[in-house]
Amino acid sequence: MTTTLPILSHPQAASAFAQDDARAHWHDEALWFIRVKRDRQARSLPEWETLRDRASAIKTHTIANLADYLEQFEREATRHGAVVHWAANAAEHNEIVLSILRKHSVKTVAKSKSMLTEECHLNPFLERNGVDVVDTDLGEWIVQLREETPSHIVLPAIHIKKEEVGELFHDKLGTEKGATDPKYLAEAARKRLRQIFLACQAGITGVNFAIAETGGIVICTNEGNADLGVSLPPVHIASVGIEKLIPRAADLGVFLRLLARSATGQPITSYSSHFHGPTRPGHELHIILVDNGRSDILGREDFRRSLHCIRCGACMNTCPVYRRSGGHSYSATVPGPIGSILNPARDPKGYSSLPYACSLCGSCSDVCPVKINIHEQLLTWRHELVAHGHIKFLKKLSMKAVSFVFRRPALYGFAGKMARFALRITPRFLVYGPWNPWGKQRDLPVAPKRSFRDEFQQRSHSKSPAKRSAP
Amino acid sequence: MTTSTSPARARILAAIRQHAVPQAELPNLAGDWITFPDPVAKFSEVLTFVGGKPLVATDRAELEAQIRDLAVMQSPEGAALPKVICTVEGLPFGNVDFAKVLDPHHLEDIEVAILPGEFAVAENGAVWVTDRVVPHRAIYFIAQHVVLVVRRADLLDNLHQAYDRLCGSEHAFDQPGYGLFVSGPSKTADIEQSLVIGAHGPRSMTVLLLDA
Repeated sequence: MTTTLPILSHPQAASAFAQDDARAHWHDEALWFIRVKRDRQARSLPEWETLRDRASAIKTHTIANLADYLEQFEREATRHGAVVHWAANAAEHNEIVLSILRKHSVKTVAKSKSMLTEECHLNPFLERNGVDVVDTDLGEWIVQLREETPSHIVLPAIHIKKEEVGELFHDKLGTEKGATDPKYLAEAARKRLRQIFLACQAGITGVNFAIAETGGIVICTNEGNADLGVSLPPVHIASVGIEKLIPRAADLGVFLRLLARSATGQPITSYSSHFHGPTRPGHELHIILVDNGRSDILGREDFRRSLHCIRCGACMNTCPVYRRSGGHSYSATVPGPIGSILNPARDPKGYSSLPYACSLCGSCSDVCPVKINIHEQLLTWRHELVAHGHIKFLKKLSMKAVSFVFRRPALYGFAGKMARFALRITPRFLVYGPWNPWGKQRDLPVAPKRSFRDEFQQRSHSKSPAKRSAP
Repeated sequence: MTTSTSPARARILAAIRQHAVPQAELPNLAGDWITFPDPVAKFSEVLTFVGGKPLVATDRAELEAQIRDLAVMQSPEGAALPKVICTVEGLPFGNVDFAKVLDPHHLEDIEVAILPGEFAVAENGAVWVTDRVVPHRAIYFIAQHVVLVVRRADLLDNLHQAYDRLCGSEHAFDQPGYGLFVSGPSKTADIEQSLVIGAHGPRSMTVLLLDA
């Protein structure tokens, strides 16, 4: 069963992950590798930036006319024989899913990757109600068997080593003890999951794009698990966040070119399926349109663009904080830079530390395929959290002190001198106490003898010997 | 079930409409999109990159010979012939009558499926297939190996051309149905980013471009 994580502050939740230096380094490299693959794909298209502009403009237009497009989508989907449901929040969504499953006496349901159902905590709800849910994306199945949540929206098991998968599969599937070969382990999963696909009475999927013009839904996977899960049983339930709408089928030309290239550095996913209506007469396709806080974000000008997100995960792969702290440190379904915008929108107090899990380097905004100004929104969130009193007294006080000093050059110079002196002579245990979270798992740089200002002044007055001897 | 009177529907639409969001124009989709001097070469390169196998045949006889020679079509010594479904017109393959398979669950032991592709896209190695030419769409995922036959004349450069074709005067999505871009075999990298071909679906995907 999937567990619900308590919300911890990001530094607190990240400390265990960061303590294992070798592992944090491995995680960092694994994600950077994907970022590099993404760059290669982006550079292979001369029109990459044009595509990002178009995608952003299409999304801006869609969000401005969202209610109309949702109505159009409902009309067209219904015309094709789908049943469209509306859920204002997670509880309503889960009840709708359960009522459909009960109507068909479903015991086992195959579920493909869907961050929306994670957001709604659908799995524990269904299990409490006697339905066996099997996550069929290999990564998501691994975290489900470990009774964890995904740590990344595209790569749910990116934090897990193959040795751990080997141990888990030995326990749960009876694979050989000590096996670590990914091919062998994936084959064992294939055998078991194909039995599930054949046995399940319904399939649940997320949705990548919902087309207003045609009432169709598009689902992208590499494993083919979504299609296997819904093309055999008579019932398909698709959960859609209302921000997943696009106006026209032809807009997919833009979005499918961007999605997989940004996500994993592939030119397109192995399978991009377009569903219009149920599998065949007698079968059912249920589409649940879910709000769950999205219409609130739509009302906030500063954060509206976060609804452009197509959940590619590129901002996570490039984020220096995410790569070194792991997805679970965000205590949220959507972690990383985009999660640090979406989660405080839902619960500003609980997630007040997330906008600070960011160095404002801006790399997330640079790679975002739909051009969300992620790092700017994170800065705006900080203003917002301070204004609403969600920031701890000590953090506010220290920020005030720093701001006071920064505005007074003479005082700044004096404070710098004192700090350089103090850092040299203060014993280690006094500097790296629990009062210094910056000093956890890392040392401060050695304090230089002179400040940059001293150095600069001296250089401009008397030409330095080094410079004169240069050829 | 009527959904138009659902209270959640009214609440969600009202929650959206209460916000005055500035209008923005829907951009047109014309553009100077990438094309290739040799689309077949590009398609072959990309399909190979994503784990698929590209082949080109210049006539029906060559097409037949190439399919017959595929490793997946051979039966191991002493073993029974692999179960093959073939819906490409005029090809002498297939020992299971697809039309007689009433329940897609019974496709579980199909070894090879030889199916027609409507068109292919060079930039991403994808082939468009639909459920109009097969009784069960599950075949694209449940067969151990998939072979798609596409005419060379139906090879496009980029995905925009693909949607122009699908959304033309005869809009492909006007009627209920199912369509799919397939680009390579089923695969996963969920265990330490190691690529494994054959996750749950087809272990191989071959595309034959018929240049005739």
